[in-house]
Amino acid sequence: MASTDVAMDKGETTIIQFQSAEGEKAGPSLDIPLSSTPEQLTSLLNELLENDEPLPYAFFLSDSREEVTKSLKLAMKSVSVGKEKILSITFQPQSLFRVRSVTRCTSSLPGHEEAILTSAFSPDSKSLATGSGDTTVRCWNPESQLPDKTLRGHKQWVLAICFSPDALRLATASMDGSVRVWDPTLGEIIGKPLLGHKKWVTSLFWQPYHLSTKCTHLVSASKDNTLRIWNTAASTCYKVLAGHSAAVTCVRWSGENVIYSASQDRTIKVWDPQTGLVVRNISAHGHWINTMTLNTDYVLGCGAFPMLDEATGYIAKKLDAVVASRRYEDVKRKMVGGKERLITGSDDFTLIMWEDLANNLSKHAKPVTRMTGHQQLVNDVRYSPDGVYIASASFDKSVRLWDGASGKFLFTFRGHVGAVYRIVWSADARLLLSASKDSTCKVWEMRTRKLKSDLPGHSDEVYTVDWSIDGKRAVSAGKDKVVKIWHH
Amino acid sequence: MPQGEYMELHRKRYGVRMDQHERERKRDARAGRRRSEQARTLTGIKAKIYNKQRFKEKAAMKKAINMHFEKDKTAKVDDKVRDGAVPAYLLDREQQTRSKVLSNTLKQKRKEKAGKWDVPLPKVRAIAEDEMFKVVKTGKRQKKQWKRMVTKVTYVGEGFTRKPPKYERFIRPMGLRFKKAHVTHPELKTTFCLDIIGVKKNPSSQMFTSLGVITRGTVIEVNVSELGLVTNSGKVVWGKYAQVTNNPENDGCINAVLCV
Repeated sequence: MASTDVAMDKGETTIIQFQSAEGEKAGPSLDIPLSSTPEQLTSLLNELLENDEPLPYAFFLSDSREEVTKSLKLAMKSVSVGKEKILSITFQPQSLFRVRSVTRCTSSLPGHEEAILTSAFSPDSKSLATGSGDTTVRCWNPESQLPDKTLRGHKQWVLAICFSPDALRLATASMDGSVRVWDPTLGEIIGKPLLGHKKWVTSLFWQPYHLSTKCTHLVSASKDNTLRIWNTAASTCYKVLAGHSAAVTCVRWSGENVIYSASQDRTIKVWDPQTGLVVRNISAHGHWINTMTLNTDYVLGCGAFPMLDEATGYIAKKLDAVVASRRYEDVKRKMVGGKERLITGSDDFTLIMWEDLANNLSKHAKPVTRMTGHQQLVNDVRYSPDGVYIASASFDKSVRLWDGASGKFLFTFRGHVGAVYRIVWSADARLLLSASKDSTCKVWEMRTRKLKSDLPGHSDEVYTVDWSIDGKRAVSAGKDKVVKIWHH
Repeated sequence: MPQGEYMELHRKRYGVRMDQHERERKRDARAGRRRSEQARTLTGIKAKIYNKQRFKEKAAMKKAINMHFEKDKTAKVDDKVRDGAVPAYLLDREQQTRSKVLSNTLKQKRKEKAGKWDVPLPKVRAIAEDEMFKVVKTGKRQKKQWKRMVTKVTYVGEGFTRKPPKYERFIRPMGLRFKKAHVTHPELKTTFCLDIIGVKKNPSSQMFTSLGVITRGTVIEVNVSELGLVTNSGKVVWGKYAQVTNNPENDGCINAVLCV
């Protein structure tokens, strides 16, 4: 294929060297035409790596992190490379599995009597839970698309829900400051309600599975400036993490066994869950921090269950601790730089990328980069499952795409006519689903950088959206009190 | 009119009498008796003024006392579930967005489909042509009477140019042309100053509608794009009907209620 192209446009060639994300060189340096497309590069690389069956790859210029989307020439436009210099090209393996884009609504499930504020698929994709302003949590069966259990007990709006990594427990948090842990299959509360927060709870996160397979510990962030670690087996508060001077908006229990918290007091704090002490305190944003994402979010979200894997097909089978921790390390190593990265999104319209906050304990934390471009506050940010992209949703009606390695701005997805509230990636990192105030969801495709499908149907603002780990279906819900399940 | 604060100046220069405070205290102590004496004996206009004054004082006093009680009261915790649930990420922003948010209720949707509106003013007074138009005399001897001037408020479209005088039958005076209307959203109870897009219907006559005359009860189309209303499929609604509730020619402004 490559040879015919050389014949067509004469002379315009360059010397390239393929290298993997970890920096290992693949094959010798080659002289190839500038008009080479990513498909041609893929077949060339498959030859070089002697893969049995062709694997899909994405290509970036190593220095500028410019992605090769159409041809090498277009990608090189922005960078000047001398004729003699060897152009190194980073290749990033893409997931073999393709998630089919959701295109239609298979069921609209009524039941909630008030706006639905939060929703989540369980890690094994066998259950779906939604929390609403009518104080109930409802579980739905995504297979049959029927209501399953209604969990009553909260006295106020249910603001946050989170499935435990082994999918056996469901934690919910409410406006009145209580956290409850349920058995989603029986529809009963486990233990006592976890009381302690003085104000509403904004965010929940379970201890990652590879740190403890028992799935007992849970961290909650609240408006009352504190975080609490709960021992759900004993229904007690294990640690109170006090230190923020304003509401805590977002919390993540990292795979490195530290807790990250973002707050309206403009700081990010890193906590040690064992001692409950602040490991480090970082301030870089100029206004409230709204949201956070880790490049390992996807593997943490998978919990005890395997990631989407083409070879076996998706089987929701529980892993043991050794396999889980090996998988976590594996995923982390494959990320650019091989380290954990954190992105924070703020009311000051910017995002900041941090690297390895858990281990590198130098006094002064230096951000990798600051990502500017949004014209309104950033409400949600998500790392793609393979760590190649970052997507951010903002009240300026746009979704922006950034490079996961350098934080360079790549593209703006425009099309929403209202503020974008939530975004979620498909498991194969090729599609992005966004939910907006304008009552629609939209699916964006990464390859073409275009709107893949528009999902109208809600009659009011969409507050929450989630895509199951097995990639089969997505859920959206909002102010119109209806849960909508979307299929390919 | 005194040109300076002589009393204060005097007090500063010479001080006060030795028994000043004593006298004040005594006067205050007697004040109740003096007031009751006045209340009993005053008659006529003086009594009226006195009673009015006293009524105001008592109202203020009661208010103050109630406020003191309020301070000591222990507030009961309100554990009722409030309406209008919003997700955690919007909780602290509520105040900023509330006035702009418009609900898209199903009821509204149904109405839109039927194409019928419960207009806020179902019946209005019909306006005759001789009230609406003033005859303008033209011609060298001022004897031709075919020209009319509109005496009410009008909306004239963006690109309108007047016809040559020979052919211009209706004159719409510049001073009575309007571009904006104060439109109230009945559910939100908030008012927005919005651009007028057109006159949809003047109930008095079809001719008035085509002339763009705006009187009480006229249905106008306004530009609501800045309110952020969205259709079911996620498109921005920009034109919506509103009915005029005042007499613009008397008031110098157009007040209208959005038809939802």
